[in-house]
Amino acid sequence: MEEKLTPEESAILEELRQSIRGDDSQRSRLIPILQKVQERLGYLPPEAVKMVADHLAVPLSEVYSVATFYNQFRFHPPGKYPIKVCMGTACHVRGGEIILENFERKLEIKEGETTEDREFSIERVACVGCCALAPVALVGETVHGHMAPSKVEGLFTRIQVQKEIEEKRRKKDGSE
Amino acid sequence: MDPNETPQCRRNLEALQAKAAEKRREKEAAPVPVIHIGSATCGIAAGALDTRQAFQEALAERGIEARIHTVGCVGHCYAEPVVIIDHPDSGFPPIFYHEVTPGKARMLVKLFLEQGDPRFEHIYGATIENDMIPWVQEFPRFSMEHRLVMDRCGRIDPEDIFEYLDDGGYAALAAALETEPSDIVAEIGAAGLRGRGGAGFPTAKKWSFAAATDGEKFVICNADEGDPGAYMDRTILESNPHQVLEGLAICAYAVGASRAMVYVRAEYPLAVRIVTRAIEQARSEGILGESVLGSGFRLDMEVFQGSGAFVCGEETALIRSMEGFRGMPVHRPPYPVEAGLFGRPTVINNVKTLASVPPILENGAEAYRSVGTADSPGTAIFSVVGDVVHPGLVEIPMGTTLRTLIYDVCGGIAKKKSFRAVQIGGPSGGCLPESFLDTPIDFDSLIEAGAMMGSGGMVVMSEDSCVVNVCRYFLEFTQKESCGRCTFCRIGTRHMLEILNRLTCGEAVEEDLERLENLAHDIREGSLCGLGKTAPNPVLTSLRYFREEYEAHVREGRCPGMMCRPLIAYYIELDKCARGCDACVGCCPTDAVFTTSTRKKGIDLELCVKCGECMVACPPEYDAVRKISPAHLAPVVERSPKRDKEAKDKA
Repeated sequence: MEEKLTPEESAILEELRQSIRGDDSQRSRLIPILQKVQERLGYLPPEAVKMVADHLAVPLSEVYSVATFYNQFRFHPPGKYPIKVCMGTACHVRGGEIILENFERKLEIKEGETTEDREFSIERVACVGCCALAPVALVGETVHGHMAPSKVEGLFTRIQVQKEIEEKRRKKDGSE
Repeated sequence: MDPNETPQCRRNLEALQAKAAEKRREKEAAPVPVIHIGSATCGIAAGALDTRQAFQEALAERGIEARIHTVGCVGHCYAEPVVIIDHPDSGFPPIFYHEVTPGKARMLVKLFLEQGDPRFEHIYGATIENDMIPWVQEFPRFSMEHRLVMDRCGRIDPEDIFEYLDDGGYAALAAALETEPSDIVAEIGAAGLRGRGGAGFPTAKKWSFAAATDGEKFVICNADEGDPGAYMDRTILESNPHQVLEGLAICAYAVGASRAMVYVRAEYPLAVRIVTRAIEQARSEGILGESVLGSGFRLDMEVFQGSGAFVCGEETALIRSMEGFRGMPVHRPPYPVEAGLFGRPTVINNVKTLASVPPILENGAEAYRSVGTADSPGTAIFSVVGDVVHPGLVEIPMGTTLRTLIYDVCGGIAKKKSFRAVQIGGPSGGCLPESFLDTPIDFDSLIEAGAMMGSGGMVVMSEDSCVVNVCRYFLEFTQKESCGRCTFCRIGTRHMLEILNRLTCGEAVEEDLERLENLAHDIREGSLCGLGKTAPNPVLTSLRYFREEYEAHVREGRCPGMMCRPLIAYYIELDKCARGCDACVGCCPTDAVFTTSTRKKGIDLELCVKCGECMVACPPEYDAVRKISPAHLAPVVERSPKRDKEAKDKA
């Protein structure tokens, strides 16, 4: 699946292009620059990778070879609600995989993918460091401990309710 | 220099200390209650930020004056969020509260801060000795620990350099700057400090190799903690970054390097932020930069964010990644101390190693040697997780036995289950059975037993865990993280994983065990770096000590720990199931629970995904859901077409 850049993303990319121009073009800057790009865009679209390759005068394939080597870099946009399921040792022992499966089943996507409406994405992450709460899942930055399949269900209901409240508020603000 | 004159660095340090003391006095001038909230990643994960907000709101609502003090992590994960309230006017000592939810926070503000009632039922303990509330040091989880590296963690604000200075910080650096570099190396050597990254290489040896070289050199703090179950490096950086920076600065001075880097995983955003800030603060106070504490020694320090590849914990791979390449290890020699980053001599030390340096120089090698064993002096830090009562970070003297650590310090196996195995050292470590519980924890004894210190991750498994499954988990991890350079590691781990997958699905054959063993030995021999060399360890040790579990999987298709899902089945005991109770129906994510012709419940094994929710949901007075392995032993309950239709109509 090849995603098109949204207008906002194109604007950020242009901004980044300006800002990295002043950056050092040594090879050792490759990873820090990629990190900077991902921090702003949330992922590395092909246009951004090309931009970095041009800046450092390194072949595009070489940049991809490095970027794909590391777990940090992603090549698909994350969802509005990125779901991260902890796959640390403690969570594994307490059934983290079952939680991951439940998210996958519910959203009908696999880990590493984003739903078509870009609302949700699922990722597996290494230990988030609250092993006493295992199994753990994160929605955005919020940690949800002691996860269970029924809690997965509950999480979506909560997100849905939140969305509706926001929607109502927006409507109200709009009418006033 | 005139020997009677106080040296420049000491005078500069004293000036900083005076400034720190002044700041403390300012805070203490207005005696208000102080609320210490542990806010490292683990605390935040458990809800420390919500708790903090609740405190702020409640204080504002009631118009109570109190100071909220953000501290790092004390390592007691089971108790998070941890709050310590120091309310001198109440007449009580500082009190340690555990699991402080926002609701509890509001209650404490109202009842304790306002009305003076500390709510005894919520107290964990007092942080000082007194005759009203039990002192936490009387509890084994506290008293049996020996905090050397983590002493200040959870006591000071990690984002305020003056709290560290006021606590005696940077004194070791000031003293070191007046010493000959070779004497520092000798002192570290006399202390017998061994690298805490896992391998246990003598630190002084590493330093002396680098010190003997000329020209530009680098020192790097390795905080690329990749083990999925270990998080002590992160906790130290988040709770007390300056102790690590101090150790790194001393290391740089001892080997003659003018540039230092802290290599932190980008997945640890809070640690990255705190360390970056700590470096800035140290620079602006003259502790780093052109002239460290005015000694004329120049040191620049920066943070490099690692991009999350487990193999980058290996020194040569780490260097490659800093140079902007794929983090693949290269052949040693030359060792990084001869030719490392950009071809220059580079010393790479783990966070815990560097954090041990200031206490050693402060208290002397003798004092350090008095803790731990003769060959492994000092302390070991473990992140103990799994089925123990008190999981978390534990710093114990080397030589403590596993039994003491698991049963006394961590409170034993949770839910009164029995012990099955302990996995030490994460993906490179090994699984040990009960007969090894009296093994002392030190570098050499663990290797002898087949495990290793490794990253310090420790998973305690009760009878409900499957050793084969946990080994499969670790192998899946190393297989994914193998950089692909060495054939044995790249393809061998894949084959091993396939065999383990077959085992956990009940499709393995007898010869697979032998194949597994052969592959494990070959991978060990044929790999360049530590990742490949140690990847087979979990399998090799478990094959040695838990062979009967592997055999149960192969011969009977039975998982003794009932953890391998393809080998188990859930069923409902009809004698115990109550008519009309729908608890299990509502919780099933796949609608696998149906109503039988007798209006009891059955599980459709075709639809069941074996998540175990029904077992949790079944009310304890019925306790009707059972787990069984091998799966074919589960009694078959026929669906009733009539009931199915009824349910359908109802829906």
